[in-house]
Amino acid sequence: MSMAAATPAAADSIFRRNLASFMGNRLALASAVVVLLFVLMAIFAPLIAPQDPYETDLFRRLQPPAWVEGGEWGYLLGCDALGRDIFSRIIYGARISIFVGLTVIVLATGIGIVAGLAAGYLRGWVDVVISRVVDILLGFPYLIFAIGLMAMMGPGLGNIILALAYKEWVIPARVVRGETLAVRELEYVEAARALGASPRHIMLREILPNILSPVVVVSTIRMANVIILEASLSFLGLGVQPPTASWGSMVSDGRAFILEAWWVSTFPGLAILLLVLAINVASQGLRDAFDPRFHE
Amino acid sequence: MSALLEVRGLRTVFHTRAGEVWAVDGVDVEVRRGECLGIVGESGSGKSVTFASVMGLVRSPGRVAEGQIVFEGRDLRALSAREMRAVRGKEIAMTMQDALTALNPALTVGEQIREALEAHDETLPARGQARRAAIRAKSVEMLGLVGIPSAESRLRQYPHEFSGGMRQRIMIAIALACRPKLLIADEPTTALDVTIQAQVLELITDIRARLGMSVVLITHDLGVVAEHCDRVMVMYAGQVVESGPTEDVIASPRHPYTRGLLASIPRPGLRGQPIKPIEGQVPDLIGMPPQCRFYSRCPLRRDACLAPVAMRPAGEGRSARCVLLDEVPA
Amino acid sequence: MSLGKLIERLLQLVPVLLGVTLIVFVMMALTPGDPVQIMIGDQTITPEQEEALRRGLGLDRPIVERFFVFLGNAAQGDFGQSFYHRRPVADVISERLPATIELSLVALIVALVTAIPLGVLAAIRKNSIFDKLATVGSLLGVSLPGFWFGILLIMLFAVQWHILPVSGRIGYASEVPTITGFLLIDTLLHGNLPAFWDAVKHLILPAVTLGLPMTAILMRVTRTSMLEVLRQDYVTFADAKGLSRRRVLFRHALKNALIPTVSVAAIETGSLLGGNMIVETVFGWPGLGRLVVESIFLRNYPLVQAAVLLYAVIYVGLNFFADILYTILNPRVKL
Ligand SMILES: Nc1ncnc2c1ncn2[C@@H]1O[C@H](COP(=O)(O)OP(=O)(O)OP(=O)(O)O)[C@@H](O)[C@H]1O
Ligand code: SF4
Ligand SMILES: [Mg+2]
Repeated sequence: MSMAAATPAAADSIFRRNLASFMGNRLALASAVVVLLFVLMAIFAPLIAPQDPYETDLFRRLQPPAWVEGGEWGYLLGCDALGRDIFSRIIYGARISIFVGLTVIVLATGIGIVAGLAAGYLRGWVDVVISRVVDILLGFPYLIFAIGLMAMMGPGLGNIILALAYKEWVIPARVVRGETLAVRELEYVEAARALGASPRHIMLREILPNILSPVVVVSTIRMANVIILEASLSFLGLGVQPPTASWGSMVSDGRAFILEAWWVSTFPGLAILLLVLAINVASQGLRDAFDPRFHE
Repeated sequence: MSALLEVRGLRTVFHTRAGEVWAVDGVDVEVRRGECLGIVGESGSGKSVTFASVMGLVRSPGRVAEGQIVFEGRDLRALSAREMRAVRGKEIAMTMQDALTALNPALTVGEQIREALEAHDETLPARGQARRAAIRAKSVEMLGLVGIPSAESRLRQYPHEFSGGMRQRIMIAIALACRPKLLIADEPTTALDVTIQAQVLELITDIRARLGMSVVLITHDLGVVAEHCDRVMVMYAGQVVESGPTEDVIASPRHPYTRGLLASIPRPGLRGQPIKPIEGQVPDLIGMPPQCRFYSRCPLRRDACLAPVAMRPAGEGRSARCVLLDEVPA
Repeated sequence: MSLGKLIERLLQLVPVLLGVTLIVFVMMALTPGDPVQIMIGDQTITPEQEEALRRGLGLDRPIVERFFVFLGNAAQGDFGQSFYHRRPVADVISERLPATIELSLVALIVALVTAIPLGVLAAIRKNSIFDKLATVGSLLGVSLPGFWFGILLIMLFAVQWHILPVSGRIGYASEVPTITGFLLIDTLLHGNLPAFWDAVKHLILPAVTLGLPMTAILMRVTRTSMLEVLRQDYVTFADAKGLSRRRVLFRHALKNALIPTVSVAAIETGSLLGGNMIVETVFGWPGLGRLVVESIFLRNYPLVQAAVLLYAVIYVGLNFFADILYTILNPRVKL
């Protein structure tokens, strides 16, 4: 049974039980902590980074990591072709990944909720129009759509966010629409309707709180995807432009040096992997705890 | 004559998050050749799990923990997985409680009969056209036996193309395909309407007579037991509480639980009457104290019932699990 | 499924395809940069010549009209000229397509033949070490950024161990005249086994990189649906019939468990298309994906437009195919 059936009052205690269940899942909890560390790293990048991520130093060109001969502990993960400290650039790069990930998901979830509620509750032509647009957007492979948009809009942080959000909202919209359809005929919604509540009130106050947890679960899972997509666009040179440090473009920078300097590509990619993996594990834990339909 | 199937001290446990559930806790069963044994008891009393244990079909998180299961002199629990597969379907066949879910939706009915024949029937020609023809003929014969018209063409159809009653019969046809010595029919009539119920039961009784097999009939319906079973066994909370010849048990039940079951049914028209619930709840099988399991609901309970209560003889071919039998000589 | 239903479902695709075309058209119309200026490049031409060029491209017409012209031409396979190649876009694309299809198909096959057995095994041995490893592996698989994983593989297998080539489809020495455009087939048709082997070696790393996320997803789906199916009564009943373990697992359980796997596979094949751009770029694979990425930087917009549209059409087609496959595999569903 979906949580959607719960009355608003019961929803709170269910939430608490689910939260307890999530806290009991040690691996998921540890992953959530890793995600949090990445976020803190992004926020406090200037305080943490041992070096200036933009300072070039031709004497340190392709300097290896500290533990390899020729490395220095002040430059833990070595330096890139311009002699910039890779570790510091990774710390700054977290800002881009996390900022894009969060903004896209927040934007997309916001739009998705509005569109999904409208389609699912108001039905009629609103539903037809929204569902058509959703169908058409689903007709594009994600990365290709984003690449097309980036080609059109040109590179840049704001454009990446737009390019990804243009399609991303479809996913929460579909979830919200489905859940809304399931909830709209339930007793307490009927009751609110009978009492003369406005559609706006019903959608936002009666329906939304009850369908929020599947939406949040889906959104956290999607965030991992968005981060990989941003990194992919940056890798292709369609993302933020140099010299801004982003993990995807750092990996791309290292491609030219795979013969002599493996560390240039390896570490930024590892950072992506770690963050995405942590988000995936944590969100799977969230899903198991909060969305009973996925219980195995 | 010795028993066909003899089960001694069977205990089957499920390891659940809440704790260990002893779904079957010290059950003895005896099935004689050619007889029909009825098993009755409330939902959750362990009827299905008992016979899933006999068939070796208890799945994780469940496990047969103790007991002997002797079929024609062989201890089934000692058999290898491969040897057990040769027993299943061929020596002991089973129909499932829910016919609607027991047939594979992705395979044709013909294939589901055929594979049973192919697994066990040694009388079939070894290979080629002759084998196919023989299998086909047998499949049609089995469907005919359970009363499915134009069987030939229906072999190609999928389960969802048949009605519930027909699926029930197809399942019986599959179970009977290899002429087993024992058929375990787990509630073969639930989910069927009354006329079809009667047909299915007549069918089983009829085939039993013709093939000379034994039948274990698990049911909620005491009327069905009265009409079709030679002996009856009453289960409660994972244990047998009473067993004996059907007529004797119905005429003079010895266990308060059996009496409760029978008291709720107007006689003599037992037929088609569901068991009316007795006051109270079936006890939780987790962490059960070693007392009489019916204690919480028994109108006749006394202090002596707080100790473990074993089965006692209760007259000719009968036994029951109640301290009252010690006081009132049978 | 009846022919009528099939046609009805096909007709439902029309508005989606129209919408997709419209979006691609608008995307490119809004793209900054005047195509005529891009075409002219460094050459000096008179304003009259420029005007003629503009008219020749139909750029002097109102935008709505241009959309219908584009639509009409696209329907006939005419996507205009590739600025860069100075040849019809359709020709350039069809030259590159076989390389992309070959890579995608091999990746798909690699994914299917590894994911399904692993998923089944994980389900049968639920909670075993193997199952836990498979779970970790599939989480890793969906979390690995493909472009990085590809570079990692190159550094290990090509640079470090010299087992496999760094990039490309085939070595110069092994090149064979084109017949089908699929090198695995062409080399065999020429009876050139060393060349075939060379092509295989070039395929391994890109195919693994491309197929990995799909493998991870399909393994997960297979495991979950297999576990679901193994709980079903019909599996117990199949066991009760005394069938061999193999028959119960593969005929009874797997046949049902594969229904979701196959539909997810068809849909996920669409994401292979996106992955292609990355993987082809990393491995210097001369396919459509790399061509598109290059074209973006060359501002070769007609080609980008045509390719994005082509990808979208393939994607919609795959989703349609997934639906059809689902009904074929599942006798209960009637469209
Ligand atoms: N897979 C399982 N996991 C945990 N407990 C189980 C499982 N299967 C059965 N049980 C336990 O075994 C008990 C007996 O179940 P069983 O199916 O044998 O009852 P039954 O007498 O056949 O009931 P019904 O008349 O409803 O078929 C149940 O109460 C349940 O607690
Ligand atoms: S043993 Fe005691 S409690 Fe149990 S049935 Fe007999 S009288 Fe009742
Ligand atoms: Mg049962």
